[in-house]
Amino acid sequence: MAYSEKVIDHYENPRNVGSFEKDDPSVATGMVGAPACGDVMKLQLKIDNQGVIEDAKFKTYGCGSAIASSSLVTEWVKGKTIDEAQAIKNTDIAEELALPPVKIHCSILAEDAIKAAIDDYKAKNEK
Amino acid sequence: MNYFELFSLTPSYRIDTAILAERYRELQRAVHPDKFANASEQDKRMAVQRTAQVNDGYSTLKHPISRAEYILSLQGLDLSHESTTVKDMGFLTQQMEWRESLEEIASHTDPDELIDELRDSFGRYEKQISVQLASVIESQNKNDLNTAADLVRKLKFMAKLQEELARAEDALL
Repeated sequence: MAYSEKVIDHYENPRNVGSFEKDDPSVATGMVGAPACGDVMKLQLKIDNQGVIEDAKFKTYGCGSAIASSSLVTEWVKGKTIDEAQAIKNTDIAEELALPPVKIHCSILAEDAIKAAIDDYKAKNEK
Repeated sequence: MNYFELFSLTPSYRIDTAILAERYRELQRAVHPDKFANASEQDKRMAVQRTAQVNDGYSTLKHPISRAEYILSLQGLDLSHESTTVKDMGFLTQQMEWRESLEEIASHTDPDELIDELRDSFGRYEKQISVQLASVIESQNKNDLNTAADLVRKLKFMAKLQEELARAEDALL
């Protein structure tokens, strides 16, 4: 299958790979997986006390499209508020990366990773 | 006729694959297109269709994951075309750790030992999941079926890990 140039760029030069300290109260961790292909994705957001995402990191085991989707998301969420980040749709990701129909689930996974991270942040800050 | 009926098997996750293979060979012989060389066009077409059905049925029932998916599909749960996201944090953390270990194989001081260790861990976990799956998959209870679906999803992640393990092992040669 031919990957788009943007996918190849993110795959070869992934942005923001790595981890933050999971127990840091300003760090939100979202973990998601796609059973169809066995892909696993971890997205972490560093959120300031105004609810703005200062920084983001990811670690993804999966195909090029899954890596590109999560790499792109780390770029997009930086500087956004939680609500703005929550509004990112998988279709935006798929369109930006020109993902073919069989790889749409990779963008769904990235969207779900943002939601899972935000859920984690909310759960952490309720306590 | 479903695949279990096709092979005269009681619908179950735990089937005897030796019996399945035997019935497969019998059916294959019975419907082989060569036997229909002098038959009518319609009978020939039927034989070709039948052969395809027998082959599909065999490959579906032979592998535990596709067999489990098939059983669930008979109950109305379609897992093979879903794009559900798994969010079980504990399970995914374990998956991440195993993926990290797989990455370490190439640079490990004793790669064979690490490979054996991972193979054992994967095997134990798969076995555990399989036992749980067998106990819920034939239930008529909706909750049990959803549990079964989750277990099948976990087995799919394990299949991927096994694939990656085999790849890492090949890379050492």
